[in-house]
Amino acid sequence: MAGGPPKALPSTGPHSLRDMPHPLAGSSSEEAVGGDSTPSPDLLMARSFGDKSTRVEFDLPEYSVRRRYQDFDWLRSKLEESQPTHLIPPLPEKFVVKGVVDRFSEEFVETRRKALDKFLKRITDHPVLSFNEHFNIFLTAKDLNAYKKQGIALLTRMGESVKHVTGGYKLRTRPLEFAAIGDYLDTFALKLGTIDRIAQRIIKEEIEYLVELREYGPVYSTWSALEGELAEPLEGVSACIGNCSTALEELTDDMTEDFLPVLREYILYSDSMKSVLKKRDQVQAEYEAKLEAVALRKEDRPKVPADVEKCQDRMECFNADLKADMERWQNNKRQDFRQLLMGMADKNIQYYEKCLMAWESIIPLLQEKQEAK
Amino acid sequence: MEQAPPDPERQLQPAPLEPLGSPDAGLGAAVGKEAEGAGEESSGVDTKIEISVSEAEKRTGRNAMNMQETYTAYLIETRSVEHTDGQSVLTDSLWRRYSEFELLRSYLLVYYPHIVVPPLPEKRAEFVWHKLSADNMDPDFVERRRIGLENFLLRIASHPILCRDKIFYLFLTQEGNWKETVNETGFQLKADSRLKALNATFRVKNPDKRFTDLKHYSDELQSVISHLLRVRARVADRLYGVYKVHGNYGRVFSEWSAIEKEMGDGLQSAGHHMDVYASSIDDILEDEEHYADQLKEYLFYAEALRAVCRKHELMQYDLEMAAQDLASKKQQCEELVTGTVRTFSLKGMTTKLFGQETPEQREARIKVLEEQINEGEQQLKSKNLEGREFVKNAWADIERFKEQKNRDLKEALISYAVMQISMCKKGIQVWTNAKECFSKM
Repeated sequence: MAGGPPKALPSTGPHSLRDMPHPLAGSSSEEAVGGDSTPSPDLLMARSFGDKSTRVEFDLPEYSVRRRYQDFDWLRSKLEESQPTHLIPPLPEKFVVKGVVDRFSEEFVETRRKALDKFLKRITDHPVLSFNEHFNIFLTAKDLNAYKKQGIALLTRMGESVKHVTGGYKLRTRPLEFAAIGDYLDTFALKLGTIDRIAQRIIKEEIEYLVELREYGPVYSTWSALEGELAEPLEGVSACIGNCSTALEELTDDMTEDFLPVLREYILYSDSMKSVLKKRDQVQAEYEAKLEAVALRKEDRPKVPADVEKCQDRMECFNADLKADMERWQNNKRQDFRQLLMGMADKNIQYYEKCLMAWESIIPLLQEKQEAK
Repeated sequence: MEQAPPDPERQLQPAPLEPLGSPDAGLGAAVGKEAEGAGEESSGVDTKIEISVSEAEKRTGRNAMNMQETYTAYLIETRSVEHTDGQSVLTDSLWRRYSEFELLRSYLLVYYPHIVVPPLPEKRAEFVWHKLSADNMDPDFVERRRIGLENFLLRIASHPILCRDKIFYLFLTQEGNWKETVNETGFQLKADSRLKALNATFRVKNPDKRFTDLKHYSDELQSVISHLLRVRARVADRLYGVYKVHGNYGRVFSEWSAIEKEMGDGLQSAGHHMDVYASSIDDILEDEEHYADQLKEYLFYAEALRAVCRKHELMQYDLEMAAQDLASKKQQCEELVTGTVRTFSLKGMTTKLFGQETPEQREARIKVLEEQINEGEQQLKSKNLEGREFVKNAWADIERFKEQKNRDLKEALISYAVMQISMCKKGIQVWTNAKECFSKM
């Protein structure tokens, strides 16, 4: 296993890892629920996934491991530690309110699986994060717990130094572009929050509509029992409304499972991005403070001391990393939202198509006897 | 010509078809029927009559207590259409208010108890969902009522018996004095009292089973349609909510698009489609109200059906009472003749207490009884005949009604399905448009 700081390999680049079929492809059926391990406050579920790689630093072409949510959480913290200048994708929420959500329900598990899947994919797609040692271990180690205990902290030069940046330095002026990013993220998170609330409200209204529909349809059946010639048409209408109700239920389920979680994920994402921005501010502040201290001292130092130079280095690298990541993030965000919103439109189209089919199919039934008369 | 056989009581009152011109001064609205309207040249010519309630107007006036009131008046226009050239000529036009329609209906109920009399649209808005106003002056309510009143008149005009009624004809043609004319018929006096009818319902012994079944049917029909209308109103309410909340997407997408570069246009235009979607519900639900009105008509028709059943019960009870009375008189007579007292009678008691009556007195009594028995037998015969005629005529109209109901409700269901289809197609259109905008993000 390659140790030490990950370096970009000449022949392979991010692409080969991107060629990896979806890390979690096809294996979610192997989820063990409940499990053999000791109960813990969070989800008792292990996931297995297969991954193939053509990358040189992986020994085998294929790996299949089982991981639980805890492990993903661990991975994320490790990534944040070791790559503090980069934007780490978010995980789905850690804590779920007991009693409100059934942590072992199929829908919940599936929603979470998809989110975790996305998390890994985003890391895979990242040109720097995908080479991270911890990520490698995560995907390959048979016994992750043993590895965790060893506490092998493989920090980059960057990580080491940024880790020691303490707060307390006040920033003079934030460069315009980072201020703009900050503002953007603020508004973005706000708008997403609003959209989340609207989507929830729509689902709520749809569910209430569904409740009424479920009472409405059967009344036509009751009526049909009183009638002779009208019995079939009325029964037909009743069945039709029943079909529409089912279609509506499918729509609300889909929106709950597919739409809302992704929205929430992006809100979390922008939160974590804000904290990276803050760190950047800290690095800049430290540099500026040190620079100022040197300027004030006015001793006969021929050049800028080494540690101030290091600070400047740090800042500039951070800025560069962050800018690159922001661009990547913007692109991904655009794709993701395009897909998300098109998906929402699709679901609604499908709902209406199902209802349309139901109503069109009973028209001949309703008209039939009339012609026979 | 079907007509209820003249009630011995009623013969003294002006009959509904009192001639004021030609013997059949009424209206035939069916195509091909010769309308012999007063003063109209119609030999060999097929004339059709068209009735419409074309306008509604707010009026103020003074009521019976000389207090100012606001009410709505409706313009009724009658046209005759020459079948040959299709031209229509306005023959009559007058204004009526709702209470006059009610008076007409009350009159028809009394004079045609064997007919399922078409119902009026509701007096007050019921089964409303939150958006609709329950106010009688609300323009949407007035409009729907106008349509309902027109429908009422058309139903009467197309009924083979009711269309010939004089009072109906006058309703369409004689603006002033019509109320007085109706009241002069004295129909209010002839109306069966509610108490009498209720009594009959509980004590009749042998009603015609068909009427009993029909009564059950009309009770259940009323119950199921009420339920349907109530739930439908709730469904409409909820659907309204779903659509309107989507309007919020319009606003937030617009705000979001302001901070985006490439995504901005797509978001903005998608937001516009969300607004379109949200506002489309108003027309959709307005159309659905027409469906609800069609159901309501049959909800009220259930009451008309019950009225016919009640009349039958009343007549049957009357008959049973008359038969019972006759039987008891016969028995009394027999006892007097044979001298045995089997039944209690006051006369018998007093005779026991105060002494026997003279043979002459007894003879006199027997004679009176025999006369009464004769009369009673005549009455029973005619009541029987009346009852059978009623059953026959009523049942004929009920069959006619059943066909009408099946036709109308089927059409209502079809138009409801068509509305739903249109709503689905609109939904698909809007979301497809939105999807396209999203794809350009």
